[in-house]
Amino acid sequence: MSTKMLTYTNLDSPIHRLNGVTKLIFFVVWSVTAMITYDTRCLLGMLILGLLALKISRVAFRQYAFVLGFIAVFFLLNEIAVFLFSPMQGTELYGTRHDLVHLAGRYTLTWEQLFYQFNIALKYAVVIPMALLFLLTTDPSEFAASLNRVGASYKLAYSVSIALRYLPDIQQDYHNISFSAQARGIDMSRKEKLSRRLKNAVSILIPLILTSVDRIDRISAAMELRGFGRKGKRTWYKTRPFTGMDYTALAILSAIVVASFSLTFSDGSRFYNIFQ
Amino acid sequence: MAKSKGLSVKTIVAIGIGSALFAILGRFGSIPSGIPNTNIETTYALLALFALLYGPYAGLLIGLIGHTLKDAIFYGQPWFSWVIASGIVGLVLGIIAGKIRIHDGEFGSRGIIRFNVAQVVANALAWFVVAPVLDILIYAEPANKVFTQGLVAGIANIVTVAVIGTLLAAAYSKTRTKQGSLTREA
Repeated sequence: MSTKMLTYTNLDSPIHRLNGVTKLIFFVVWSVTAMITYDTRCLLGMLILGLLALKISRVAFRQYAFVLGFIAVFFLLNEIAVFLFSPMQGTELYGTRHDLVHLAGRYTLTWEQLFYQFNIALKYAVVIPMALLFLLTTDPSEFAASLNRVGASYKLAYSVSIALRYLPDIQQDYHNISFSAQARGIDMSRKEKLSRRLKNAVSILIPLILTSVDRIDRISAAMELRGFGRKGKRTWYKTRPFTGMDYTALAILSAIVVASFSLTFSDGSRFYNIFQ
Repeated sequence: MAKSKGLSVKTIVAIGIGSALFAILGRFGSIPSGIPNTNIETTYALLALFALLYGPYAGLLIGLIGHTLKDAIFYGQPWFSWVIASGIVGLVLGIIAGKIRIHDGEFGSRGIIRFNVAQVVANALAWFVVAPVLDILIYAEPANKVFTQGLVAGIANIVTVAVIGTLLAAAYSKTRTKQGSLTREA
C-alpha cells in the first residue's frame, strides 16, 4: 500500500536546474512576503508569477493533484469558520460598510467581508505553487547541503536529511504495525468506543516508538564510529556551484519583494482598501 | 557517550527520526474524537515523549521540522503559526520535564505528575497564546475564531498527552534497567 505524498522526481527543466540554495531562499522569502502583505494587487501578481513558475517546471499535474483536494477542504472550512465567528471583521478592517444581503441575526454579508475573505484565500493560495515547486523539484540530499550553505549548522542540516531519508521507512513500519494490530482485532476507527480507541492507539504506538528508539541508538552509534561531529565543517556530495540562472532567479526575487513592499506600504497600511 | 561540541550525535539523530515519526503520526495517527473537526492527535503524545527523552532542543526542532514536513509533503503547504506552536510545545515540555530520569527507568508517580504539569503548561502556552496570536499577526484572522480554535486544539492535545503520553512514557521506562536494581547475592 502506498500513500500519496509529494516527492522529488528527476526532470530537466530550468527550475530543476536551479541550485537547492536558490530554491530554499526563494521559498522562504516568498512565504514571508506573502505573510506580511495584505495588498490584493501584490497577492494577485505573486499568484500569477507562481503559477507561471509551476508551468515552466513541467511538473506533471497528477503528481500534486491529490493535495489540491485537501487544500480545498481546509480552505472552505477556514473561510466558513471566519465568517461564522466574525461576520463584521471586514467592515472593521476597512472602516466602511456596504451591505450585500442580510442573512439572519447578526449575519449580514457585506462587500468588505467578501473582499477580506477573498484576500485570506489569496494569501493562502500564493504560497501553494512555491511550496509545491520546492518540494517537487529539490533533491532531498541537495536540500540538506543547501541548508548548510545558507547558514544552518551542518548538524541541523543532517537532522533534516535523516528525517527525509527515514520518512518512507517509518511509514512502512507504521503500516506494518497497524495492519498486524488490526489483524488481531485492534481498531482505531469510529467503530470502537473512544476510550477503547485511545487504548488501541497506545498498543500501536508502543512498538513503533520502541523500534524507533532502537533505530536512533543504532544510527547514532554508526555515525559516532565514523567520527561524525568531530569537526566544525564538512563537505557535501551533492553541492552544486551557483550559475547565472541562480543569480537571475535571486534578482527576480529581490525585485518582487521590493515591488511588493513598496506597493503594500505606499499608503501606510498592510491592507489594500478599495472602499475609500 | 562522549560529548562533542554543540549537539550530541544522538540528539541529531533523534531530531531526524523524531521529525519523521511526527510527520507520519500527524498524517495517519489521528483518532476521531466524536466531536466534529476535533481529532485526537497522537503525534503530540510522541512529541511529548521525545522532548522528555531527548531534551528541550530536540523537542523544539522535532516540533518545527516534523510539523513543517507533515504539512508540506502531505497537505502541500505549511501553516506557520501552528508549526511554531508545535515547536514551543516541545521546547517548554523539554525544559520543565528534563529532570525526570526516565533513561534510568524512573517514572513513578512524581515523574508522572511532573510530566503532566509540564505538558499542561507547554500546551496551554502554545495553543491558548502562541498559535492564536500568530494567526492574528500573520493571517489577520478574527480573534474570537482563532482563540476558540486554539482552545479546542489545546484541550484535545492536553487530554491526548495526559492519557497516551503518560502511558507511552511509563511503557518506555519499564524497558530501561533501573539504577541500583542489582542486589548482591549473599
